Amino acid sequence: MTPEDLNERAAAERARQQGFRERLHCCTAAGCLSCGAEELKRDLTAQVEARALSQQVEVQGTGCLGLCSRGPLVRRASDGAVFHELTPSEAGLLLQPGDAAAEAALAAKRLDTAHPFFAHQQRIVLENAGRVDPERLESYLAADGYSALARAVSELSRQEVLAELRASGLRGRGGAGYPTGVKWELVAKQPGTTKYIVCNADEGDPGAFMDRSVLEGDPHRVLEGMAIAGYAVGANQGYLYVRGEYALAIQRLQGAIRQAEREGLLGPRVLDSAFRFRVDIRIGAGAFVCGEETALIASIEGGRGEPRPRPPYPPEKGLWGQPTLINNVETFANIAPIIRHGGAWFAAIGTERSKGTKVFAVAGKTAHTGLVEVPMGTPLRTIVYEMAGGIADGGRVKAIQTGGPSGGCIPERLLDLPVDYESLVGAGSMMGSGGLIVMDEASCMVDVARYFMEFCRDESCGKCVPCRAGTVQMHQLLERFCAGQAGEHDLALLKELGTLLREASLCGLGQTAPNPVLSVLRYFPEELDQRLHHDAEAAAAAAATEPA
Amino acid sequence: MSEAPSREAPGREAPMATVWLGGCSGCHMSFMDLDERLLALAERVELGASPLSDFKDFPPADITLVEGAVANEDNLEVLRRVRARSKVLIAFGDCAVTGNVTAMRNLFAVEDVLDRAYRQSATVIAGLPLGGDGVVPRLLPRVRPIHEVVQVDHFLQGCPPDADRIFDLVLALLEGRTPEIARRFG
Amino acid sequence: MSVKTLTINGKTVTGLAGTSLFNTAWEAGIRIPRLCHIGGLSDIGACRLCLVEIEGRPRLHPACMTEVEEGMVVRTESERLHAHRKLIVELLFAEGNHVCAVCVSNGHCELQDLATSLGIDHVRVAYQHPRRPVDASHARFTLDLNRCVFCRRCMRVCDEVEGAHTLDVAGRGAELRLIADLGQSWGTAESCTSCGKCVQVCPTGALFAKGSAVGEMTKNRAFLQYIVTAREKHEWIRK
Ligand SMILES: Cc1cc2nc3c(=O)[nH]c(=O)nc-3n(C[C@H](O)[C@H](O)[C@H](O)COP(=O)(O)O)c2cc1C
Ligand code: SF4
Ligand code: SF4
Ligand code: FES
Repeated sequence: MTPEDLNERAAAERARQQGFRERLHCCTAAGCLSCGAEELKRDLTAQVEARALSQQVEVQGTGCLGLCSRGPLVRRASDGAVFHELTPSEAGLLLQPGDAAAEAALAAKRLDTAHPFFAHQQRIVLENAGRVDPERLESYLAADGYSALARAVSELSRQEVLAELRASGLRGRGGAGYPTGVKWELVAKQPGTTKYIVCNADEGDPGAFMDRSVLEGDPHRVLEGMAIAGYAVGANQGYLYVRGEYALAIQRLQGAIRQAEREGLLGPRVLDSAFRFRVDIRIGAGAFVCGEETALIASIEGGRGEPRPRPPYPPEKGLWGQPTLINNVETFANIAPIIRHGGAWFAAIGTERSKGTKVFAVAGKTAHTGLVEVPMGTPLRTIVYEMAGGIADGGRVKAIQTGGPSGGCIPERLLDLPVDYESLVGAGSMMGSGGLIVMDEASCMVDVARYFMEFCRDESCGKCVPCRAGTVQMHQLLERFCAGQAGEHDLALLKELGTLLREASLCGLGQTAPNPVLSVLRYFPEELDQRLHHDAEAAAAAAATEPA
Repeated sequence: MSEAPSREAPGREAPMATVWLGGCSGCHMSFMDLDERLLALAERVELGASPLSDFKDFPPADITLVEGAVANEDNLEVLRRVRARSKVLIAFGDCAVTGNVTAMRNLFAVEDVLDRAYRQSATVIAGLPLGGDGVVPRLLPRVRPIHEVVQVDHFLQGCPPDADRIFDLVLALLEGRTPEIARRFG
Repeated sequence: MSVKTLTINGKTVTGLAGTSLFNTAWEAGIRIPRLCHIGGLSDIGACRLCLVEIEGRPRLHPACMTEVEEGMVVRTESERLHAHRKLIVELLFAEGNHVCAVCVSNGHCELQDLATSLGIDHVRVAYQHPRRPVDASHARFTLDLNRCVFCRRCMRVCDEVEGAHTLDVAGRGAELRLIADLGQSWGTAESCTSCGKCVQVCPTGALFAKGSAVGEMTKNRAFLQYIVTAREKHEWIRK
């Protein structure tokens, strides 16, 4: 396919779409699938055929519409209305336009898209969710798909692509926020012709599903981002490392790769240019630590998924010792829009040092939960109260947790903090991959810290001593606190272990494992104090009579 | 802990005590190996409570050497009382310091340990000696080194610690010096 | 090859580019605590005992895996480093079942030496008393996982020097364990040549020759230097 063919195919598909009176997009992401979206879609298609409406109404699958807790969701393209928890007979009402009775019956199932949950979102990464059918390449093409890649390979030099990236100010969405443009340039300037692009789709934070929804809902978007990266840094091979649990994502990615190769969007002559790019999938076995870049590389190489000390960093020595660019799914998903609209456009969104948007998976005690994409700089308060509607039963927010096992809690009084890398780190948490858990007054912060420490203990690879043995000890100490059997001495030990893990662990897992505890010490010291036994020796004796 | 003497440097003529918890008595044997130095020690310090002497209630002591780990409810109770009544408490030997051999039973559940000892390998009467009379103290779920239960002032390693080092430590304490315990750990 | 000049603990030292801080310090007579590093094998940076401070860098760096750089200012001892090393060794004692009093390597053990040199007189963290297996199926050697500190020296010498790669690790975190071949008993592992190199490099009593009683197992590592010198420099000399 040449860039001209691409334009023609996109135009043809758009014309085809406009030929329909109505288009119904059934969310077929994992959340909705689990509550019957596939059946609903099949049923709706059958109804369309039964009523001989196939020429007028199109039914198609699409990516995550966000409010997963209310699935299955269906979006009506003509007016953008979204309906929730539809039964097949209710869905049938969607096929009766202009029927006031049907519309009235549907009103109760219609989501208020003017609600801040939707209205405050700014969708770049998720722009195709609800519009594009992840299983049809044409559908992606109609949404300007692969036009950024076409522009890159046919109009821009490698340097120009790198310059756009740098101008965009995009930073890694995998957690640490390393400037993406700088990383790309590091790889680009390495000598040699064997380089690799790796997409980190291991998404291991408990409760996080941002990357999954992108992979399931818009797989071509990620491939396009990877191919642009390959062009810019001089790599001809990409690997998508996906956790094995994401069966649907893997299936859609495999389909997308096949389609893209067949159409010459990937392969030996990308869009009829001299640029060659292949993408292969590697399936992880679901170990959290395999999301750490050096462990991920070891895993792709067929070894044990264990980190190694850096330097050397992957841009210098990565996969099979070659220069390697590793980025997160969401990072890659931002690439095509940046190339399409220019780095300056992207840089205009967000804050001074954090550009663009961030997708969060809002969970916990709020009225609404699900995926939201907000511009950087949005105050946490807006997300928690306006978008997620505060605590469901009118209770009070106590704290939120971001960054999962590597992050920390942020107390209610600090919710005016804007979403950006520095603010969150400054508050003792981190952006992380985008998990955001809201806790109410009933939540015990010590228990939350204990939970995350247990997670780290179970996920420690066991290579280095501080993390392997230290997480076990810290977890036991937290259990002692929860049981009211901890003394001053235990508190001191907890702090000392926290410092050791942070400063001496080999990789980010161990280094950040104490963060949830440290943030409790910082913001809720009274909760630990309340659980301190005032008589240390009596506490120890009590502990001694119980099995540990 | 109102009856606790202050935990400062012990006086020269104060009583010294030794206690035997969950251990093999080897550390006490090593103490006896002080031989004629026992006499030198006796000149400086009165030997109060010990497994060799008869006492009903542990009397206050300036220096107490505690042999053995905390293995049963009686050990726990004794240790807490001894701690409350001792100015300086020394973990005496590896069982007290690390749990050592005594703690090897922690690899198994208490029931299995008892079953092995009192049923499977019993030769005369098979059965657990528990009863309601409290004569045989109940085993704790896990054996612990003494510092996990009370505050310990000095640690004397060795299985058993040799007599020279016992002497050096006690002498240093009596002379108000900071004892140096240079020996391999474990 | 270029030579780098740096200071370690205030002393000016030089090292060839590509040499580790650990080896450069060693040449200069500066000893840095270590457990996973052993001269002649590759490094993995796992024990974290050799962490040092480098001026101008916020993080601590493993000396065994950090290459010398011109003008580096390195400190191998500080209050913070000492505290970390002490706690690491305590964690190791608490993690396994070392029971030194009844160990074949009592008195010839690198873990004990570390504890002594760091001034450890008791372990503040809770003893875990894990249930770990002992593999005595090999005709000549025994693997007692109770005393393993997972330094992986045995794995590396088996792979890099003997070329057998019989030993490896399986599981993760606290469930980590050493395995032979595909997780079978060592005695049935056909790749094992029974060379015994693993036994000699093991810092503790985890690997020992059968027939050793308490305190009898001493290790001899001279062979490693001999083989590595021969291989790298083609010089067949025993030092
Ligand atoms: C324990 C651990 C787990 C991680 N898991 C992930 C993950 O699931 N997904 C991810 O993109 N990055 C993860 N990271 C971060 C990666 O190491 C790496 O920084 C990231 O993929 C780089 O991409 P970015 O620059 O686009 O953020 C993890 C890091 C650590 C230390
Ligand atoms: S910090 Fe934890 S996960 Fe990372 S290398 Fe060490 S043991 Fe493995
Ligand atoms: S057996 Fe010995 S050499 Fe091998 S990992 Fe364990 S402690 Fe290290
Ligand atoms: S000796 Fe360097 S990390 Fe173990």
